[in-house]
Amino acid sequence: MEEYIFLDDIATADVAIESRGDTLEELFTASAMATFEVMADTCSIQPETKKTLQLENSEVDGLLFDWLAEIIYLKDSESMLFGKYNLKITKDTNYQLDAEIRDEEINQSKHDLRCDVKAITFHLFEVYQKDGKWISRFILDI
Amino acid sequence: METEMKVNKISDCLWEIPKTEKEGMLVPARIYASDTLLEEMDKGVFEQITNVACLPGIQKYALCMPDGHWGYGFPIGGVAAFDTKEGIISPGGIGFDINCGVRLITTHLTVDEVKPRIRELVNELFRSVPAGVGAKGPLKVSVSQLKEIMKKGADWCIENGYGLPHDREKIEECGHIPGADPSKVSEKAISRGINQLGTLGSGNHYLEIQMVTIDNIYDEKAANVFGISKQDQIVIMVHCGSRGFGHQVATDYLRVFDKAMKKYGMTVRDRELACAPFKSPEGSDYYKAMLCAANSAFANRQIITHRIRESFSKVFDTNVDNLGIELVYDVAHNIAKVEKYKINGKEKEVLVHRKGSTRSFGPGRKELPEIYRNVGQPVIVGGSMQTDSYLLAGTEKAMEETFGSTMHGAGRTMSRSAAKKRVRGDKLLKAMAKDGIHVKTASMSGLAEEAGIAYKEISEVVETMDKLGITKKVVKLKPIGNIKG
Repeated sequence: MEEYIFLDDIATADVAIESRGDTLEELFTASAMATFEVMADTCSIQPETKKTLQLENSEVDGLLFDWLAEIIYLKDSESMLFGKYNLKITKDTNYQLDAEIRDEEINQSKHDLRCDVKAITFHLFEVYQKDGKWISRFILDI
Repeated sequence: METEMKVNKISDCLWEIPKTEKEGMLVPARIYASDTLLEEMDKGVFEQITNVACLPGIQKYALCMPDGHWGYGFPIGGVAAFDTKEGIISPGGIGFDINCGVRLITTHLTVDEVKPRIRELVNELFRSVPAGVGAKGPLKVSVSQLKEIMKKGADWCIENGYGLPHDREKIEECGHIPGADPSKVSEKAISRGINQLGTLGSGNHYLEIQMVTIDNIYDEKAANVFGISKQDQIVIMVHCGSRGFGHQVATDYLRVFDKAMKKYGMTVRDRELACAPFKSPEGSDYYKAMLCAANSAFANRQIITHRIRESFSKVFDTNVDNLGIELVYDVAHNIAKVEKYKINGKEKEVLVHRKGSTRSFGPGRKELPEIYRNVGQPVIVGGSMQTDSYLLAGTEKAMEETFGSTMHGAGRTMSRSAAKKRVRGDKLLKAMAKDGIHVKTASMSGLAEEAGIAYKEISEVVETMDKLGITKKVVKLKPIGNIKG
């Protein structure tokens, strides 16, 4: 299942996260959920509209970076908060992500908003498998 | 002190990590800090500043200012100068918020005039300067106008009625750095930033109303030159950057550099330090795109200044000309700039990366407006929202020792989640009101993350550089109202 924790003792000014999942899809979902939890109480999001996107990268960590960078970009360019994710990750020559995400337009009077996320960083960035789980650690610039 | 590295004391408030402490260090690392500040520095500072010391083309020392703390790539408070011919450029030495910076603005108003209307004023400013997640600016520009802003920065604003002609000289680089090339910026960066002009952002960004007391003027002559001359004078401080536009430029080029490193046979100790030779096609493209973001940040703070003028004029029901709302200065603190310094007895052109560090040029520099040339550059150092901020002056010693650089703020000592465990936003809001600081925030949780306890003691940080003669104290400023992103 999707899990994430905020790591207190890393990157004083920013936010460090460890996310986990039994599958790559769960890992990517947990990472996205954590990213949006930094910006809003995600319980206050009522995903109304649907968006699809495809990403491709030769490396699995590169794909996670691209995924988080993409949803952070969409948060600003389309003024959206994301609440539900239906992901499919396949590996042929490259890793490919097909995502169906549900979102709601940011409403400052409705949503319980927190701190904006500027970017996903490469600092201490890692994706690995341990004891049958996919695990990632990443730091968001605040 | 969270490190096992050897940290040698060079003199009072100056420490050095020798080249032998980490494989690959090309120069020693130097940290400016009092004994207390050094003791409190987290382990990230020592790791990150020694990583910086390994980057190709670095000159003299990798420097960390007294507000230094764990960042990504460079530490926050990191400064490094690279040979422009053989050195690198790295987005991780500038930050995602390109040209995040601070602007200080004077008024003719006194605390007796402002205090009774502080609630009304803060509400009006909060309305006219949108803040927080998802905030959009009321100024709508076309893509071609945004491209003009990338090239012209604050000049575009002044030409289009969002500023006064004499604002220009009171901004670092006169509010626009030549060399910006919009063709090096992605469509994504444009679509991300086009609706955000004139917005404050979030995190540690703020718009603060502050007061001067005579007791807090350390250098009357310099204070007068900077426009601060009155007991209980009200000033305004704005801290924000290039918003989503700059964040996207940095994200785009971080990926480019991550791939380009292999091509140039380069490795770095932290992937976030991904870099390319400054003169390479990738390095040159990023520099030109970075300048687009830097100029848009100058424009962003200029538009906010225009909104401040409008808001004060509305609340005090008078023509803006009667209010004396004038810039003291605007400084960048996340940037890389081509500058010249004497290195080993010879003048050399270098690319100075400042990541959470302020330019601190001494008297006589041609880059400063004529009126400031005798006293040095105004250096604006913002404290936490619960504590004082400072206006300082740059010195010749900064030119000799720190590539004309100094601290940019108090510097964090506590993570955001640790701060939230200790403080609740609503309680903090009430406590600050009791202390005479009226706050309006876009986010209670964001407010708690910025509590004063999460920051170093700013007076200790400022005293460190004052004692060393890198920046001299001019005025201390006390907050009375705050708009928090």
